[in-house]
Amino acid sequence: MYAFDFVKPATLSDAVAAMEQEGAQALAGGQTLLPTMKQRLNAPDILISLNGIAELRGVRREEDALVIGAATTHTEVARDAAADYPGLAALAGQIGDPSVRNRGTLGGSVANNDPSACYPAAVLGSGATIATSKREIAADDFFQGMFATALDDDELITAIRFPIPHKAAYAKFHQPASRFALTGAFVANFGDGVRVAITGASEEGVFRWTEAEAALSDNFDAAALDGLTLPAKGMIGDLHGTPEYRAHLVAVMTRRAVAAAR
Amino acid sequence: MNTISMTVNGKTVSAEAEGRTLLSGFLREGLGLTGTHVGCDTSQCGACVVHVDGKPVKSCSVLAMDVAGSEIRTIEGMANSDGSLNAIQQAFQDHHGLQCGFCTPGMVMAAAALLAENPRPTEAEIRDYLEGNICRCTGYQNIVKAVMAASGQDVSEMSAIAAQ
Repeated sequence: MYAFDFVKPATLSDAVAAMEQEGAQALAGGQTLLPTMKQRLNAPDILISLNGIAELRGVRREEDALVIGAATTHTEVARDAAADYPGLAALAGQIGDPSVRNRGTLGGSVANNDPSACYPAAVLGSGATIATSKREIAADDFFQGMFATALDDDELITAIRFPIPHKAAYAKFHQPASRFALTGAFVANFGDGVRVAITGASEEGVFRWTEAEAALSDNFDAAALDGLTLPAKGMIGDLHGTPEYRAHLVAVMTRRAVAAAR
Repeated sequence: MNTISMTVNGKTVSAEAEGRTLLSGFLREGLGLTGTHVGCDTSQCGACVVHVDGKPVKSCSVLAMDVAGSEIRTIEGMANSDGSLNAIQQAFQDHHGLQCGFCTPGMVMAAAALLAENPRPTEAEIRDYLEGNICRCTGYQNIVKAVMAASGQDVSEMSAIAAQ
């Protein structure tokens, strides 16, 4: 890694002030950022660690929603969201491996918006709201393509508010080397509608499969998806799978998620 | 350079670190604790696993300055106080859970974290927990067997070679 300055503010307001410096980059769990910096794909001048800010951590219930601090680790979400939102907790418990889950955070994953990351599917599939240091952003407006989000350069995610569905599940086809999703589907049934969010498939990153949402809103059963397919055009093609394979996996994983929803 | 302090294997230590100094480098080069191995340096192989405040992390993907003040435990802190191997280390020896030994520090640290959380894991739970620790020699079977044995469970029915 190139040399950089490191600061670890104790409060959100200090972190927000530090982010205004030229060349500043927020450091959450670092499980993606640090490997990226080692490869010199990213070379910030100053890293602002968010790991010492108590107000950014924790899972709390607020009426019909679960509000999770941005610096809450995957391990903590897997444990502390299990009673209120088991589908989300199960997703968090499948990210990476135990050591990665002890460092990696919700906010870091969502801000990075890797096209194969798990959390963006839960955020979009839940119709969550992303609270930042400046505003609140609906999930539908937040994700803007591969590694692109609505965040400004100096804007920090502070918490994410997940409406709790009646039933939900995430079905992940594991890519065993990276432990990302080769393709994953998050399905959430809110009673008055179903949301389906797909990760690890589109070159545009996480997206809603609206045809599946319409079919499942009429009949929340895997059979309701019979005959529904997605075109291979625009799907990711790499050594792990062709666009056609990923398009097929989207339908398979969505069916599995519907069958597993609870 | 900054001087940072942390508690490593029960002792308070201080050494110099740059912003970019990784915890793995701080332990190995700053403190001379070379039992923590760096395999891939891309946070995939798990050879560098240490405990930070009781939880396993990949020390090649953590900045030393970010865990200043924390309690760190490394493979050097795992033996019994009389210097004999602890139950997990002894089980790795008894059940041939290592060949070249490069991955072993991380395997032992991950196994210790698992048994602290889940004292009698199933074979499937062990395999799941060790997903982030890669071994290129053993084929894993004897590592899983060693962890089962270290948890006090009967491994006499577990084949030495039958893989799942």
